[in-house]
Amino acid sequence: MTTRHAITAGFVPLLDSALLVVAREMGFAEAQGIDLTLLRERSWASIRDRLAVRHIDVAHILGPMPIAGNLGLNLPAPEMIVPMALGLGGNAVTVSPALWQAMADHGATADLDARANGAALRAAIAVRTGAPLRFGVVHPYSGHNYELRYWLAASGIDPDRDIEIVVLPPPDMGDALSEGVIDGYCAGEPWNTFGVLRRGGHLATVKAAIWRSSPEKVLGVNARWGAANPEAMAALLVALYQASLWCARPENHAALATLLAQPAYVGHDVDLLLPALDGKLPVGGETVRTVGDFFVPNAKAATFPWKSHALWFYTQMVRWRQIGHTAERQRLAAETYRPDIYRAALKDLGIAMPSVSAKVEGALTVATPVGSSGVLTLGPDGFFDGGRFDPDDVEAYIASQTVG
Amino acid sequence: MKPNELNVLVIDENRIRAAIIEEGLRDAGYDQVTVIDVMHGLARRIADLNPDIIVIDLENPNRDMLESMFQLSRAVKRPIAMFVDKSDEASIEAAVEAGVSAYIVDGLKQERVRPILKMAISRFNAFSRLSRELEETRGELENRKVIDRAKGLLMRSRGLSEEAAYALLRRTAMNQNRKIVEIAQSLVTAASLLDPGGTE
Repeated sequence: MTTRHAITAGFVPLLDSALLVVAREMGFAEAQGIDLTLLRERSWASIRDRLAVRHIDVAHILGPMPIAGNLGLNLPAPEMIVPMALGLGGNAVTVSPALWQAMADHGATADLDARANGAALRAAIAVRTGAPLRFGVVHPYSGHNYELRYWLAASGIDPDRDIEIVVLPPPDMGDALSEGVIDGYCAGEPWNTFGVLRRGGHLATVKAAIWRSSPEKVLGVNARWGAANPEAMAALLVALYQASLWCARPENHAALATLLAQPAYVGHDVDLLLPALDGKLPVGGETVRTVGDFFVPNAKAATFPWKSHALWFYTQMVRWRQIGHTAERQRLAAETYRPDIYRAALKDLGIAMPSVSAKVEGALTVATPVGSSGVLTLGPDGFFDGGRFDPDDVEAYIASQTVG
Repeated sequence: MKPNELNVLVIDENRIRAAIIEEGLRDAGYDQVTVIDVMHGLARRIADLNPDIIVIDLENPNRDMLESMFQLSRAVKRPIAMFVDKSDEASIEAAVEAGVSAYIVDGLKQERVRPILKMAISRFNAFSRLSRELEETRGELENRKVIDRAKGLLMRSRGLSEEAAYALLRRTAMNQNRKIVEIAQSLVTAASLLDPGGTE
């Protein structure tokens, strides 16, 4: 290939930076004529800042962040677009041994069931005396914050009154848990496996149990860069798609864990990275649970930037009073995610792609073949409480949401 | 409020750089400067200090936590907003380039805090320049050691004088369009491969 594209991508050392790392290290970027430089950052704030001043062109970023930026909530964010997702799922909720014991006394089990363990947490809070429980999340505009709050609220716990939610850097969460600074946290990998294996924590539930096949990290693109470099952006999407296929093959998991363990990438032991890739999670003590769809890099249209995902994130910003709802803001949120760019970039790969840009979230209770440009299976994608989100009726969904 | 009545907090894990910023602020007449270089219990300390301005290194992993505190009025008494607003692109760029970020209490006039950011940017830049120079000096010392070892190898194996050994290294480097230190390094590496137990 003669055309060369120089692209600089920012990432935060987490398991789901895998697609970018693999695109570079396994030659998928090179094969598309891309010189891909990866810049490791220690906070989402510095990812945002470097996108704003164009030190980086694209980034591994929290799904709600580009939306928050476009809504003016997270300055100095540049205008951003999301032409691709970087997988589904991958998070979990880890609690301290003391809180786990209290939950177990009220019926929590190691099967990570969101409904039963949520009810147990509610019961444990009801009999608790003293300061409210404190949970850590990674960022206000994160899937972690919203799924934790969704789980709590649907379990009858007011996330603002019955407990306290604070933001912490994920690498500090295990220590904060063992020092008693927090009682639990919702984070990505490897930080739950780290909390369980190295800090004596216990998994309470997982993202896949709260909302199966749900959105997490995405490829955030500086809109100005994307408009000026459409060919480079399309080439990158092809490379990342091929990387997602590579990541999805079980026979590559060991190699992927070894790759991510390098100091330049996630920089943690292989034993902390493999569980999430294999979907076999240490829950606490000696218990290991197999979790279906814990982290999905490719299957179920895992890289497709659904507008219904963008809109769901938006409804949670409204729900938790980060922004007031207007039709204009809803439009800006939906337009941040760009399935049209995804489709155009990947059309020559001959892969199965969704024929629509939004779907009713939570509607599929079993894996379902869907009408599309090829054979594609979606779901199950249920919320644990049976909730459904219809992106054609955002206002009704907002109105139906309880805050507490 | 005079400038020196502003309560400034400097957060930087790099103790030396933090001290340089603190000194700059004091020189400029800011008397109420607090430095935090240990991140443990950061949220509590910020809430206690209730600063008007926070200067923090860009790479600090606690910035997401810091920014989230500003959204919650109960965590910090006065709400604090991002210092750099979107209209001020040049100063955002200069700050990110220098590796520094800053936040101010909402409502504080930009012109009152601009000198602080300017000072922080120039001190951060000066600090990186110094670090770079130190690195270069260290590198030069390392290079000189490698060249000395290569010269020693040539003197012993080919019976050359020190001057002739250096001339040979230089000529080879010129012929191959490479640096002398690269030729010297190849020679040292080759020698250690050929004679792992050797005393080159």
